Amino acid sequence: MNRLHILGIFYRNIVLIRRSVPKLFGLFGFVTVALFLWGFLTLWVQTLAPDDTATDFILLILSAFIFWSLFDLSQRSFGISFLEEVWSRNIINLFASPVKLSEMVLGFILVGVVQALLAFFYVTTLAFLLYALNIWNLGLYIIPFFINILVFGWALGVVTIGLVVRFGPSADILAFFIPFLVLPFSAVYYPVSVFPPVLQKLTFVLPTRHMFEGMRTAITEGVMPLDNVFWATVLNLVFVVLAFLFLYWMLRLARIKGYLSRLVHD
Amino acid sequence: MATILRVTNLTKQYNSFTAVNRISFEIKEGEIVSLLGPNGAGKTTTIQMLLSLVSPTSGDIEVFGKNLREHREELLSMMNFSAPYSLLPYNLTPREGLTVFSLLYGVRNYRERVKSLLDEFNLGELVNRKIGQLSSGEQMRLGIAKAFVNNPKLLLLDEPTASLDPPTARQLRARILKRIQESRGAVLWTSHNMREVETVSDRIIFLSRGRVVADDTPQNLKKQYGQEDLEEIFIIIANEPIRESL
Repeated sequence: MNRLHILGIFYRNIVLIRRSVPKLFGLFGFVTVALFLWGFLTLWVQTLAPDDTATDFILLILSAFIFWSLFDLSQRSFGISFLEEVWSRNIINLFASPVKLSEMVLGFILVGVVQALLAFFYVTTLAFLLYALNIWNLGLYIIPFFINILVFGWALGVVTIGLVVRFGPSADILAFFIPFLVLPFSAVYYPVSVFPPVLQKLTFVLPTRHMFEGMRTAITEGVMPLDNVFWATVLNLVFVVLAFLFLYWMLRLARIKGYLSRLVHD
Repeated sequence: MATILRVTNLTKQYNSFTAVNRISFEIKEGEIVSLLGPNGAGKTTTIQMLLSLVSPTSGDIEVFGKNLREHREELLSMMNFSAPYSLLPYNLTPREGLTVFSLLYGVRNYRERVKSLLDEFNLGELVNRKIGQLSSGEQMRLGIAKAFVNNPKLLLLDEPTASLDPPTARQLRARILKRIQESRGAVLWTSHNMREVETVSDRIIFLSRGRVVADDTPQNLKKQYGQEDLEEIFIIIANEPIRESL
């Protein structure tokens, strides 16, 4: 592992984010608008509930929204870091350099961590100011969910890169679409119990289902749901391994079929 | 002279189409070898295999006696390239672009290296502009500066002066030649500018339909084909049927 290679990938992306207004909007703008939307919706839902209800809708729904945004950002930042090289026709330079795939991915992860931390602190502060939601009340319970959400986002980001390598730049839409594919089945805003029995079984393989189910338990019951944390972590590890195998397979195929040069010519 | 690059029976097939067909050649220390051929001859595929962007169907590539497939990262850190189809990121400045590539090639004193390259390639006045705002000639110059970030021992230059005006092209050629002489490296050069090829090349390899059809010095090729002009030789070779002996 060469630290300079990783620093090169990191530096290239951070320079862009630092001075690009659209990229800063992608980091902070979308989440701000969505927080208003979900916040007002939640305030209205709260008024529909009986006066004696003990459920804190703000805490439940907005916490889910914040963690979902984190997952979405984590996957997107990863995919876009790679797509940026394709869009700027730099991808051949990158693959012809001595940078290993693992170093490239580590560089993207570093970029993702910086973006995720910035966005998470920003959105939790904004949620506190607008809706008096203090997600930090969850204390240390946040850590396993935070880490698992980031890691699953990166795993899907690796899959996105593999698909772009295989299908070319036109597959860039997947960078934005993949999280929405997972959203309805991750029990983000509702419990797993609302799924039909078959879907309850099928969605078991999704780490996000266990993360969000566990997070709701932590909020409503004030305990750390160890079984959810366990399954989320184990499934995440499986997804990470499968995602890397998929990317290696796609790259091998790309070198055999000549897809890499197509990335700058398509 | 030590052999820097050895290519043996290199072949690339895409289904039933053979892009490169059992080509073999060597490049020795200090040599500048031009790879010529008509469109579709297999030049770009060969360069892409040398950069490990494309896997050969069969055959071997050795750089400094080491197999490229087995020592990819180590060997790529001693190589570099410039090609008009592979630009530096348009949304960085030249200084940032060169910094990124110095890091990607593991250059420890990258700040000094970037500064000296900016001076050497007369890019000083462009440092604060975005690469996408530079003219194609300026981008080409920057691409060649990038090709020197790691002081490569093997340089692959695909049409390095294609977008340059004649004085700049001449200046840049002289700079490349000087650097190669100093480093005792080697260059594989492709160009459609036959005067340029004749000026810079120690040897010329002609490819046609994926095969090496001639490999000799410019002088010997002229004698062999009875022509004074490399362009005429290019046209003859591009039109003649493949000879099985080569």
